[in-house]
Amino acid sequence: MNQDKLTAPPVENELKLSEEKIKLQVNDLKLYYGDALALKSVNMTIPEKRVTAFIGPSGCGKSTLLRCFNRMNDLVDICRIEGQILMDGQNIYDPKVDVAELRRQVGMVFQKPNPFPKSIYENVAYGLRLQGVKDKRVLDEVVETSLKGAALWNEVKDRLHDNAFGLSGGQQQRLVIARAIAIEPEVLLLDEPASALDPISTLKIEELIYELKDKYTIVIVTHNMQQAARVSDYTAFMYMGDLIEFDATNKMFTNPSQQQTEDYITGRFG
Amino acid sequence: MKSLFGVRAWFRSGTPWIWLNAGAIALCLVMVIGVLGLIVVRGGSHFWPADLQQTEWSPESGQKKVIMGELVRAETVSAVMLRESGATVPAELEAVTRYLVKVGNRDLYGRDFSWYMDYEISGWTAPEGAIALERRERGNFYGFPLKLNEGDTLIAEGTAMWPELLKRVERANGIFQQMKDIEKNDISRINNQIEKLRLTERRLVLDKVSDAEMAEFKAQAEAENQVLNDEYAVIQQKLDQLRAESNRDSLVARSAEGREVTISLANIVNAFAPNDMSVWQKTKHYFNGIATFLSEEPREANTEGGIFPAIFGTVTMVILMAIIVTPFGVLAAIYLREYAKQGPLLKIIRISVYNLAGVPSIVYGVFGLGFFVYIMGGSIDQLFYPEALPSPTFGTPGLFWASLTLALLTLPVVIVSTEEGLSRIPSTIRMGSLALGATKSETLWKVVVPLATPAMMTGLILAVARAAGEVAPLMLVGVVKLAPTLPIDGNFPYIHLDQKIMHLGFHVFDVGFQSPNVEASRPLLYATALVLVLLIVVLNMAAIYMRNRLREKYRSDTD
Repeated sequence: MNQDKLTAPPVENELKLSEEKIKLQVNDLKLYYGDALALKSVNMTIPEKRVTAFIGPSGCGKSTLLRCFNRMNDLVDICRIEGQILMDGQNIYDPKVDVAELRRQVGMVFQKPNPFPKSIYENVAYGLRLQGVKDKRVLDEVVETSLKGAALWNEVKDRLHDNAFGLSGGQQQRLVIARAIAIEPEVLLLDEPASALDPISTLKIEELIYELKDKYTIVIVTHNMQQAARVSDYTAFMYMGDLIEFDATNKMFTNPSQQQTEDYITGRFG
Repeated sequence: MKSLFGVRAWFRSGTPWIWLNAGAIALCLVMVIGVLGLIVVRGGSHFWPADLQQTEWSPESGQKKVIMGELVRAETVSAVMLRESGATVPAELEAVTRYLVKVGNRDLYGRDFSWYMDYEISGWTAPEGAIALERRERGNFYGFPLKLNEGDTLIAEGTAMWPELLKRVERANGIFQQMKDIEKNDISRINNQIEKLRLTERRLVLDKVSDAEMAEFKAQAEAENQVLNDEYAVIQQKLDQLRAESNRDSLVARSAEGREVTISLANIVNAFAPNDMSVWQKTKHYFNGIATFLSEEPREANTEGGIFPAIFGTVTMVILMAIIVTPFGVLAAIYLREYAKQGPLLKIIRISVYNLAGVPSIVYGVFGLGFFVYIMGGSIDQLFYPEALPSPTFGTPGLFWASLTLALLTLPVVIVSTEEGLSRIPSTIRMGSLALGATKSETLWKVVVPLATPAMMTGLILAVARAAGEVAPLMLVGVVKLAPTLPIDGNFPYIHLDQKIMHLGFHVFDVGFQSPNVEASRPLLYATALVLVLLIVVLNMAAIYMRNRLREKYRSDTD
């Protein structure tokens, strides 16, 4: 898929946040770990079918913010959240929201590849099986399209029923992405997806992100500034639980409006 | 610069530690190999057909007498000690060698093991033509064959009879086997049915059915009883016939000192002439002996015969225990680790569980007897088997209660290992599943629990190893000295949970310390211990094999 897209020109010169369709809206989000305030009143909008990158020094709260989008922070007992996140206008922190359903719509890929101890096929089919899909033909088809979508099909098509742990780290990470897109989420959260990988695998993941943004709204946390510059359309710079600056990536990296952002990007601290 | 070669340098290099550690492991190995070696040698040698040794015994008082038997062992004791215990030892001797001889022929001598002093006997010889007869009753016979009779007719005489004797012993054994099969299958089935009729009638009485109904049943039962009794009479007749058949032949033999005995071939299990056997024949006899030991029932108050019911009972009990303990242990561990709210209460519960593993097993036995057998079993009897009362069905020690008690005993082990296994599953894998929209329980059952199965198997291995070797609590809750009927047979419901069983560990205790014939049972004690050890090894190996297969299946780079 998207063969023509690869050759298409990259992002248009001028992206305007105000002109984008909004997928996720964060309103005055505060997050506490016990008594410690980890996110201090974050307000931002995530545009639809774009790649938004979160950058910032370690411990600035970017991963925490990312996990708010699929309510992964619910798993932490001492974590408490105030404020709202609207997805397509609906508050995902509404008590009536089915968290499992939300997570089906907001997929997530973690820093370390975490395939299940099952075959490659079963890893990709896992999400569908959870939804009760039993039809072998449907599963076969979804597994194939998802693996193709994650640019892994050619490498594994002859050993779909081998254990997923037999794959290399980079392949495992693409398998995890295939697993995530198999259930066709609307948003894909990537938490430093390439930080545990070698440069070649990293490159493959980046190419993949570039292809995927056609269909999904992607939010990526990265430590690697070049990576943010390469793959993202918009970049948010966070520091100490605050959102310092959020703008089109081109502008952020060439002409940031905040001194702190410039210092970080140019490597003066962090 | 400090000395490079001194003692200090040697200490600092860590070499002493290596030696210390290596020494510790070497000591452990020596002890383990020593124990196993002793058991193997003592237990294994019992089945080797020893030569029959003969000598002339001339005691101080009394007549000269030729004795013959298997030399069991020789030992040297001080003359002073012997004199104090009443023996007249020649004055010039300070130490005396004495021999323990298995002389057999309990029917002639009253006991089959005797001590003989070195100074009272001439040298040992192994006479040709001496035979050993393994008998169903009264132990072994050692002597020389004279005549083989069929009824009153002479068939063969002297050494020429040997092949004929073997053939006829085999025939008698075949008939014996037939009789045993009939008793085991047909008679037990008929008894079972008669008992069932009696219980049904009793139940009807208890249910207070109408007289008409009762009369109807009685008539029917009468008829059925009649049929069964007729059948029984036929079988009994057949048994009598077989018994007469098996008693047809008899052997006249002479003991070493010259007394003649007539032995019915029906009483002979095995006849052999160890002094005339080649090594090859002896080896064959040896392995036959081991096979018999493993497959036969015990005879003569457990001092002879085999240990099959004990092996069977142990295995059945351990398997039943595993079936009971696994689900309970695993479910408890999952609740403790995954669902229970972590806090002081949970901590107390966890510590209690861990400490349960250290409670002496006899305490579990007492609990099993008091709670399981009397309270639970008693209630079951009143609810489901009132017709059999006052004789208890489940309200008495039995297989099920033994397994349940052992399951309780090994529960902490399974819980602890499962919990450890669950806690080792990386959280990233759970997250991965949750992030795909799985609920907590879906994540648990589809991803986490399968990954923890090797740990559960580890727990089960430890449980099996502990349960198979446990003896003390079993004596209270269902294991007995002799129970030749197996808990699994052809009568409905095929597995009899209420039946008492034999157990290898208890068998070791019984043979070793409760035996009426210490010398005869000594080798059996070692052989039984060896079988117990091997059985536990086999059970463990099977479980370890399964665990390794599972590990391979759920291999992950975090392991």
